[in-house]
Formats: sequence, structure tokens, C-alpha cells
Amino acid sequence: MADLTIPERIPINLVVNGESRALEVVPWTTLLDALRDRLQLTGTKKGCDHGQCGACTVLIDGRRVNSCLTLAVMKDGAEITTIEGLARDGTLHPLQQAFIDHDAFQCGYCTPGQICSAAGLLAEGRARDADEIRELMSGNLCRCGAYLNIVAAIEQAMSRS
Amino acid sequence: MNAYVGTPTSRVDGRAKVTGAAKYAGEFAADGLLHGFVVEASIARGRVARLDTSEALKVKGVVDVLTHEHRPPLADKDEAWKDEVAPEKGSPFRPLYDERVKFNGQPIALVVAEDWEIAKFAATRVRVEYEQEAFSTDLESERGKAEKVDQPHKPRGDAAAALTRAAVRHEADYVIPTEHHNPMELFATTAVWNGSGGLTVYDKTQGVQNVQKFLCSVFGKEPDDIRVISPYVGGAFGSGLRPQHQVVLATLAALALKRSVRVVLTRQQMYGLGYRPMTIERVALGAKPDGTLDAITHEAIAVTSRYEDFSRNDTGWAEQLYKSPNSNFSHKLVDLDVSTPSDMRAPGAATGVCALECAMDELAVALKLDPVELRLRCYSDRDQSQSLPYTSKQLRECYARGAEAFGWSRRNPAPRSMRDGKELVGWGMATGVWEALQMPVAVRIVLTANGHAEVSCAASDIGTGTYTIVAQVAADALGLPIENISVRLADSTLPQAPVEGGSWMAASSAHAVLGAAEEIRWELARLAKAMPGSPLADLDAADVTLTDGMIASSDGRGAAVSIADVMRHSKLERIEKEKLNQFAEDKSHARNTHSAVFAEVKIDEELGIIRVTRIVNAVAAGRILNTKTGRSQIMGGVVWGIGMALHEETVMDHRFGRIMNANIAEYHIPVNADVHDIDVIFVDEPDERINRLGIKGLGEIGIVGVPAAIANAVYHATGKRIRRFPITLDKLLE
Repeated sequence: MADLTIPERIPINLVVNGESRALEVVPWTTLLDALRDRLQLTGTKKGCDHGQCGACTVLIDGRRVNSCLTLAVMKDGAEITTIEGLARDGTLHPLQQAFIDHDAFQCGYCTPGQICSAAGLLAEGRARDADEIRELMSGNLCRCGAYLNIVAAIEQAMSRS
Repeated sequence: MNAYVGTPTSRVDGRAKVTGAAKYAGEFAADGLLHGFVVEASIARGRVARLDTSEALKVKGVVDVLTHEHRPPLADKDEAWKDEVAPEKGSPFRPLYDERVKFNGQPIALVVAEDWEIAKFAATRVRVEYEQEAFSTDLESERGKAEKVDQPHKPRGDAAAALTRAAVRHEADYVIPTEHHNPMELFATTAVWNGSGGLTVYDKTQGVQNVQKFLCSVFGKEPDDIRVISPYVGGAFGSGLRPQHQVVLATLAALALKRSVRVVLTRQQMYGLGYRPMTIERVALGAKPDGTLDAITHEAIAVTSRYEDFSRNDTGWAEQLYKSPNSNFSHKLVDLDVSTPSDMRAPGAATGVCALECAMDELAVALKLDPVELRLRCYSDRDQSQSLPYTSKQLRECYARGAEAFGWSRRNPAPRSMRDGKELVGWGMATGVWEALQMPVAVRIVLTANGHAEVSCAASDIGTGTYTIVAQVAADALGLPIENISVRLADSTLPQAPVEGGSWMAASSAHAVLGAAEEIRWELARLAKAMPGSPLADLDAADVTLTDGMIASSDGRGAAVSIADVMRHSKLERIEKEKLNQFAEDKSHARNTHSAVFAEVKIDEELGIIRVTRIVNAVAAGRILNTKTGRSQIMGGVVWGIGMALHEETVMDHRFGRIMNANIAEYHIPVNADVHDIDVIFVDEPDERINRLGIKGLGEIGIVGVPAAIANAVYHATGKRIRRFPITLDKLLE
């Protein structure tokens, strides 16, 4: 059997929710695990670890990305926004408020990923109606089946942005 | 006073969930936390002949590898392993207990390391040799070995003779595959070592007290040694009713190492937990020319494990729902080399009613009768199985309101007769039914002089909205704004509650809140009457209500004292009351919820693509506590029904007894683009008999009937009757 040395930790710097965070990670650490286990930002969720469910969606330099498919070392210096960074001074982001208004979640586990994904979607400016929202939000699974309310919440936030 | 009950109140835990503040089982931090990674068996049956952990232990950062040969003691009696909802018959699975392998994917070792990645890596270096034994995981090839389960079914008349003489007869097998719950949250436990030997266990569960008692009995601990907490549960749908492998493993490791340990199952490993068992449903219906039923038989043949008999009520719905003088029902099990099935949303009903309602549709076609009309001709105002009246049953109204909203009267009954451009259009319908159960629950209310109340109970909120309805009922009963109510749930040290399941928690917890609030009211009334010159002096406690922060006479003559004044005068900072609510037994009535589901599908015939473009679900479920979260519950059930009809199937490779699609890319669940228009109608169903508030529960009824309505719509669109679920495009193109 091959030698069992674990790779060296590599120092990186992530700008998470506007705050510079220095940490040392081994190359196999995903951004998702770095956020949850190293920075204690557990708002970003792990639902599959395979890029199949979207629960781990965060914004990297403004784009929505599955953080479970992203190695932390690849994002040295990147600006990362997680669910914890969306509200400003205690005021909810319009999407967060819309998700509450429309009951766009039940258990809440996919919710941070849905909201970050929706924020990315709004920034992309690609969705113009409910059908396009449905299509472009289909990478974010919701087992409670809150999809219609998620679409309604995103429409509300779109109309006010 | 009802300022909140019955209104579309937003979830009180909404802010925590949209900001990422809500913490789930695998997210609690602890000093020196270790991470466990499960090693699973790769055979379906046999024994572990040799388990070599030496290479794994050499990996830097690995602390220990627990196996059946290297672990702290575990209870050796089956009784110790039987949790609150374990099947009556059988010997529950014991993780890392001995060398026996009972199913593929069974945990056989736990690698514990400083980091999760290291534990995961080291798990690949555990070497296992097996002695394999002959096995079977295939229900259909073992169907002949099915054995009948004792169920309290009462045959009526002579069903065989009635079927023989029936003017119109329909008989078929409907096959529902194995399905997995796949809650979004991975099953996880963080067992925090308290230093003195005690553990605080954060677990993904639908019942903290069930897990707490189970852990104490399995590990021989005293009740004070283990506390189980589960404030937020990322979906469960039945998968968290029984204590799962990871909570045993995390606790085992924490006790072995005297350190805090977290175990998170991978998505793939979660396919080794419970599931909706594959079931072959054989339904036979015999009708008279006038469209009334003369005979019903329903036989269900379902999977169970070799070590436990898990069975649910698949056939009782056919027994209860329709008038038929002759009927016969049976439930059979086939033992296979798989893990034990478990409850999954509307267990028994989602499957059994699916078959019954597809068969009713086929009978309607044979009778040349409208499917709604057939149901009305067979309608029963009494529960046919026990010949009991219902506490309430507004199913007729469900059919009427649902049909009206859907536009059912515009349906051309001929298959393949309706089109939208290139697509075939199909309209189908089905009936849904579930039980209205209620259980003993205790609630504690602490009212403080500042007009705030804390309401606490061990019940869980698995996304169903328990936090919110408890706050609503408490706010109304105490006459306080909902912002002044804080709710604590899902801590084993809180007042008693059963597992959250079976749609019983809304009614059960709401009435427990009422009971505790009543005790608070009596205490306040007693104190208020004792105040000098009290305007309430001549009133009974029964004659006062709590409203707007006041204790007021119920007769509206305006006599009132503020709660704050009473407490100040009595020199009380807080009033604490706890009450266990039990429902009076009533064997003279049946208690059920009902629904009528109408579905529209559009099908591209060349590609076989099926879209569910519209669902109307008209539900009669007593009083709806919260029309916002209640609608969400039904919508979620409908989405599950879409999955059951078109997507969901756990595929087994019977050569290895191994699941082939153990992930959520190849095990398909509905995504956003699969869900279009869902109209939820709550039919008014006053029920003064079932309980004080007239509540029945909504967790299961939303899915029941939906798969059949969609299957019937697919037949109407295409003329093809698919009886093997899910209805995938290959089956349509065949």
C-alpha cells in the first residue's frame, strides 16, 4: 500500500460576506466544508456533496456556484457571499423577506441554497417569467415541494428590484 | 378569541431559516470534535470473516476504528433495541453488533478522525473479507413465498362468488417500486461529551424522546445521562421516526473515546436506511350494471427484511371507502435480504389508494361511466369496515368543489380525444383518504409578568409548521400578540410528546397548548378575584377569558384586570403550568380526512414526455389551523404525488442485492420545472366531535390519490394503462 502522508495545508484568503478570512486548508477541502467546518458558517448546507441538489449554493464573485464542487484552494482571494451575508444591518434581503411572505420553504434546509441561487439568478437577468424561473431554478431541489411558493417569492423580489 | 388560529400566519421560525441561523443536527460545534465516517458492507448476506483496520489506523489524524470486535458494550436483548415505533415482530438491526451482514450497505465499521476528510479517506483503507451466503432481494421472483400478516380485516359476504357473477369486472396488479425519502438534510448526529460521562446528542430525528429512551436502553444509561435535541429537522417524511444508524454510531464513538463525535451519513449511505417498500397491489372490482360495487378484493404483497416484519395498512382503505356487500382483503410480506422498510409519507395509503383508485378508473371506463359519478354511486357515509359514522366527512363536497375548479364537466371521456397543439391532453381524478389521529402530548407554559409566554414541548417540527401552530394557539388562548410567544421544541427534557408522524401532531400539540393555557387562565382568575375591589370578584374561572393582555369577563360586560397588574399585585414574576392532554376514546365514530384530486397531463407522444400541467386537490380535513402553512403541506404532498407517479424508483441490481441509483441525480425527485399549477382547496368541514378545535391534520392527505389521478390522466391522454410505477417515457413508447 502506498505511503499514507496527508498533503500539506495551504494558506488561503477568502473574502466571506465582506470580511477577509485567512485559513489553511488541504487541497481536498471543498469550499463547502471550509465554510461549514472551518469558518462555522453553517448556513450553507450539504445535501449531497455531489453537485446534485444545490443546497450548497453560494455566490462567488457574484455568480451562483455549488460550493461542494469547488475546492477551497481554487478560490484564494475570491469574494464569497453566503446566506449569512445577505441581510444588511438586520434588514432582510428582499428575497429573504419574499421567501417568508410566500412560505417558500418548510424544513428550511434547501432554503439558503435556494435564496443564494435566486440572488444569482436575479443578477443574471435571464429569467423574465415564471416558466423561466422554474427552468433556471431547477438545480436547487426542495424535497418539501415548496417550488410554487419559491417561484412566487422570486417573482415578488424581481418585481421590486 | 381567534386572532391567529385559522389565519395565514407566516412561520415563526421563518427568519431563522432564511438567514442561515437555524442549526441542524450536524451543525453544532463542540471542543475537540471528532468526525466519524461509516464503512458499509458490500454484500447482501453473509458474515464479515476478517476486518483489517491496520492501514486505516496508520493514516495521520485517525483516532480509532470501531467495529463489532472493537467497541463499548451494547445491549444484547431485542427489547432494548425496540424503539417507540419499531415493528412488533422481529429483531431490530444493531449497528456494529456482530459479524452478520443482513443487507448491502449495512454499517460494519466507523472510522473516527480529527477531520471529516481524513475519516472519509481512511475508510477506503479498511480491508474486509466476507463469507457470502445465498440471498434474494427480488420481490417479484419471491412472490410465491409471501406470507399473510395478521390484520383486523373482516371479509364481507362472498367476494369470490360476487366477482364471478359481476356484470362488469376489473382485476389487475399495480406495482409500486421501492422509494426513498431523500430529505434534503443528510442524516447526522453530533454527540457532545459533557466530561462527566453524560452526552448531549444533537440528532436528526422526528422524536427526541424516542431517541433518548432508545439510547439509554441500548447503552445501559440512566435517563439523566443522555439528552437529545433536534431544534430543526431538514425534512424527514418518516425516515426519522426510528433512531437511525448514525445516532448509535456517534454515541458509541463518543462513549468509547470520551470525546465529542459527529457522524454524518453520505447521501449514498442514506439508502441503507428505511424506505417505502415495493408493493404489488392486486385489486379486483365487480360492479352491477347500475355502477354500484358488488365486490372488492384487495391483496397487497410487500417487501420486508428478514429480521423485522414491517407492514402497513394498504388494503384497509378499500375496505373503508366504498359500499360493497362482498369484499375480502389481505396483506402479505416477503422476507428479503434488505434493510427494514419504514414509514414514508402516507404509508400504506399512498400505495394502496393508488392501486384502488386506478382500478376504479378502469372500472369506470368498463362501465362507460364518468369516474366522479362512479365514486358518487359507491359513496358511503359510514366507514364500511366497521360500519361506523364519521365524526365528519365532506368528501362529496371535495368532488364537487374540485370538479368545479378544475372544469371537469368539459372533459371528453374518450381517450386521446383532447389535444393542445402537438400534445395529447389527459384529465384524470382520484379519491384520497387518511386517518385523523391524535396522541397524548404535554405542554408547559411559562407566563412572565412582562406579558411574554414561553411554550415548550418535546414535539418536533420537521418542516410541518409545529412551531407556528403552537404559537398561534397559545397566542389566542393567552390573549397575547404572537410576537410575545416563544416556542421551544424538540428537547428530550421538555414535556412529553410522541414522534412527529401520522399527521397527528397538529391536533395533539394544539390541544395540549389549550390545556396548559387553561391552567394559566384559572390561576390568573384565582389571583384576580383575590385582589381588593376586583371587578372579577364574583366570577368563576370558567367565566373569564384572556384577551389583549387582560383577564376579562366572558359575558362582555367589560369587567377586566390586566395580567400585569394581577401578577404585580400577587408579587409573581412568572406563572408556570404544565398539562398532559389526553383525548377521550371514542369507538363510536371513524376519524378520517378525505380529498378529491384532479390532474391534467400533457404528453408529447413522439418523445413520451409527460408534464403535469395542473392539479386541483380539494381537501376536507376539519379546521385548518394555518391556511398558509396548511396549503404548503398539501402542495408538498402533491409534489410527492407527482414524483411517485412519474419519477421515483429505487433500482436494485438483484445480482448483488445493491441499489444502483443511490444518489439524487439518478433517483429522480420532482424539480422546480416539473411543477406547474397546483390549486389547493380546503373544503369547509366543521367537526365538533373529533376534538375541541375540530382539527384533523394535513401531513399525509396531500399525497394520497395524486399518483392515481395522474396515472388516470395519462390513460385518458394516450389510451395506455400503465400499472407499473413510475410512469416513465419508455413505458409510454413501448
